[in-house]
Amino acid sequence: MQLAVWTYEGPPHVGAMRVATAMKGVHLVLHAPQGDTYADLLFTMIERRSARPPVTYTTFEGRDLGSDTATLFKRTVADAHARFQPDVLLVGASCTAELIQDDPGGLAEALRLPATVVPLELPSYQRKEHWGAAETFYRLVRTLCPAERAAVRLPGRPRANLLGPCALGFRHRDDVEEIRKLLDMLGVDVNVVAPLGATADDVARLPDANFNILLYPEIGAEAARWLEQTHGMPTVRTVPIGVGATAEFVEEVAALAGIDPTAALDAAASRLPWWSRSVDSNYLTGKRVFIFGDATHAVAAARVAADELGFEVVGLGCYNREFAREVRTAAERYGVKPLITDDHLEVEDAIAALQPELVLGTQMERHIAKRLRIPCAVISSPAHVQDFPARHSPQMGFEGANVLFDTWVHPLVMGLEEHLLAMFRDDPEFHDEAGPSHLGAGHTPPVLTVVPDTGSAMVVEAPVVAGWTPEAETELKKIPFFVRGKARRNTEAFAAQQGIARIDLATLYDAKAFYGR
Amino acid sequence: MSAPRLAEGVQPVLRERGQREVFCGLTGIVWLHRKMPDAFFLVVGSRTCAHLLQSAAGVMIFAEPRFATAIIEERDLAGLADMNAELDRVVGRLLERRPDIRTLFLVGSCPSEVIKLDLSRAASRLQGERPGVRILSYSGSGIETTFTQGEDACLAAMVPELPVLAADSPPRLMVAGTLPDVVEDQFRRLFAEMGIEQVDFFPPRGTATLPAVGPSTRLLLAQPFIGTAARALESRGAKLLTAQFPFGAEGTTAWLHAAARAFGVDEMTFRRVIAPGRERAKRALARHAEKLAGKRIFFMPDSQLEVPLARFLSVELGMVPVEVGTPYLDRTIVADDLAALPEGTTVSEGQDVDLQLDRVRAARPDLTVCGLGLANPLEAEGLATKWAIELVFSPIHGFDQAGDLAELFARPLRRRDLLRV
Repeated sequence: MQLAVWTYEGPPHVGAMRVATAMKGVHLVLHAPQGDTYADLLFTMIERRSARPPVTYTTFEGRDLGSDTATLFKRTVADAHARFQPDVLLVGASCTAELIQDDPGGLAEALRLPATVVPLELPSYQRKEHWGAAETFYRLVRTLCPAERAAVRLPGRPRANLLGPCALGFRHRDDVEEIRKLLDMLGVDVNVVAPLGATADDVARLPDANFNILLYPEIGAEAARWLEQTHGMPTVRTVPIGVGATAEFVEEVAALAGIDPTAALDAAASRLPWWSRSVDSNYLTGKRVFIFGDATHAVAAARVAADELGFEVVGLGCYNREFAREVRTAAERYGVKPLITDDHLEVEDAIAALQPELVLGTQMERHIAKRLRIPCAVISSPAHVQDFPARHSPQMGFEGANVLFDTWVHPLVMGLEEHLLAMFRDDPEFHDEAGPSHLGAGHTPPVLTVVPDTGSAMVVEAPVVAGWTPEAETELKKIPFFVRGKARRNTEAFAAQQGIARIDLATLYDAKAFYGR
Repeated sequence: MSAPRLAEGVQPVLRERGQREVFCGLTGIVWLHRKMPDAFFLVVGSRTCAHLLQSAAGVMIFAEPRFATAIIEERDLAGLADMNAELDRVVGRLLERRPDIRTLFLVGSCPSEVIKLDLSRAASRLQGERPGVRILSYSGSGIETTFTQGEDACLAAMVPELPVLAADSPPRLMVAGTLPDVVEDQFRRLFAEMGIEQVDFFPPRGTATLPAVGPSTRLLLAQPFIGTAARALESRGAKLLTAQFPFGAEGTTAWLHAAARAFGVDEMTFRRVIAPGRERAKRALARHAEKLAGKRIFFMPDSQLEVPLARFLSVELGMVPVEVGTPYLDRTIVADDLAALPEGTTVSEGQDVDLQLDRVRAARPDLTVCGLGLANPLEAEGLATKWAIELVFSPIHGFDQAGDLAELFARPLRRRDLLRV
């Protein structure tokens, strides 16, 4: 038994729902009790989908358990088929139905419906959401692209499949568009994108491509491996997040397609390199960044942070153990201890202890960072309604790199701004009690209050801290206000660690030396 | 599996059985834990339970909320003895971490019930080891409870813990069903002005002292979904007062009147005390009546508040209920509201969501009250919706919330008038 206050991933049947919802003409029948329909709102509310997910639930009740839940399941499958007329019917069980062992696959097969039935085994007590999505996609591919299905090579440009994009994926919609553009420029056609937007027929056409591009290993790796083994299709495994990775991705694709990438690489430059080399970005040097998310996004973010923005990666981790190896390898490169956990309290402790200047994480890390008052940007699911923006905002490709620069750097104080603040900080008009000049003389700023998030009170618990001597307090006021809070917190943390009850001038400067780099 | 309309009592009821697009009873934890800040709710269930709670409640904002899930894992399913030991370990860790907890609820889920994990036995076993904390259990599972029935089960589990109110004690009023603190205070003031000073609210704001119950208890329900708890209180001697539920000017008047009559408050005093609030409510409602009058409304089943709310919207704002769907119809408890619904209103109980959506599309109501899974899809079909869950999480009872309640229904319509995109 595991005590969970919050989880990064839902159960595996939610992964199956993500695949079914991403596709067209696919319907999922879940043997599940009342209440499991909550998962519909993930799609209709968080992703703002305008249609219900193609999922029918049996909604068995306590009184059914004594009688015949199998009949209920069969009737539900038959009704769902009659109403929705899907090409593919996925059948599975949620956690409770798994316990009553009704064999959804066998029951659905027995109905002999004019649709392809794909039974899913979703072990709820062992596995999680990403695994469920990967398994569902793999089962679909395996069923629809049998080994005897010969590839049809179409004339014209080389063709590639994009594997992994899915419903509720972090920026998948925009990544697909970006990668399509990039491949087009390179002279490669997209054969099929799956699961996102694919029909059963599209999935059956996967073997017709020359190779696969695995954009999201968490969802597509199993299917890619199977297509590799069974249909001899090579896989591009570089995830094109960041300028360097995108360039490598282009070269990998070009090599498989037998194309010279030089022209495409020259044409499709990102602004990130110059934005990063311009003098304003000097202040980014060595900013301490903590990174946590799904393994793929976390590892990619670490590379961009270190190589393309000049940050120092002080923490790196992921919540999906299936991909822990990739994170361990990357962590070794940055000389940090990998944090592989699905306990957000452990992540919070790590962030609090490391005191990074920037957190790149999921929505949970955003909340943690907010509590700890550290700037943060979201890089990975689990995502929130605001992570599905109206505008085009990819993470992948050269435009994706531009997006990364903006979204990671904007939470930080700008370089020029930082410089000016330091220069003018002693002017009488320029202090933290003065309001912005454009609001006119005599304007006093409002008292800063913590803005509660989505209507619920955010409780910031004040730790027991050492008292400050008047001299130290005065000295603290000389520190620019935008770093004063951090200086205060660091000093107090240092004092607590050293067992100092009263913070004087010496403590303040000892702490500065301790945290200085 | 739809039955034809059955003539039953005064109102024909359409009973349906099929896919239900509603939350399970675990969701009640979201408001119960806020009402009782010294209580902790430990769901014994699966990853799905944890995911449901965080999805329904948007839990990410809390560092350590006062609810959690003990997730059953593969190795727990190997043997029950092991699972009880595991539960003891989890509870031990939890209570060590949170010494402020006075009451711990072990909340049963679908998986815990299917594997027949006896949480009431676990609660009494754990209680023996931990005298400082009250340990209770109830079921919030989807195979037994729908959404607000979770609160019913929780309150029913608390009833045996309530101290005895002496048989010869003067009458005391108990208002049962979770209300926001601000609404409780408003009602308490009104009762006090009428001369009813002895008022308890159940659940209380803290679990250290629980309200007493006995034959002198006069029980007034603030929520229509706590039938089991009401019967448990009746079995301890409480006398149930029935009235319309306190929504709008009329509903609140009727509800307060039931208490006034039971406590022998004279009519003049009653009228004088409620007059200012009633007037405020009427003025507030008038502002929205123009927008809402004549508009057709369809309720998908959600919280069991549907019948009283349909009464409020039709009687006080002139809306036309097309279908009033409710997950469970307790005819005794909502009798007064049910009787006040316009003739010809279809009341439906249970759900087959696809068939019901067919009826929504056929009726094309001006407003559909539904859950979060259905709202955007219906909007995309050109049908205005109101999220049902907001009706559970917002203060909507009493005179001074009447305008806010009407506004919740008027806003989606007003917004559609505003938008030019």
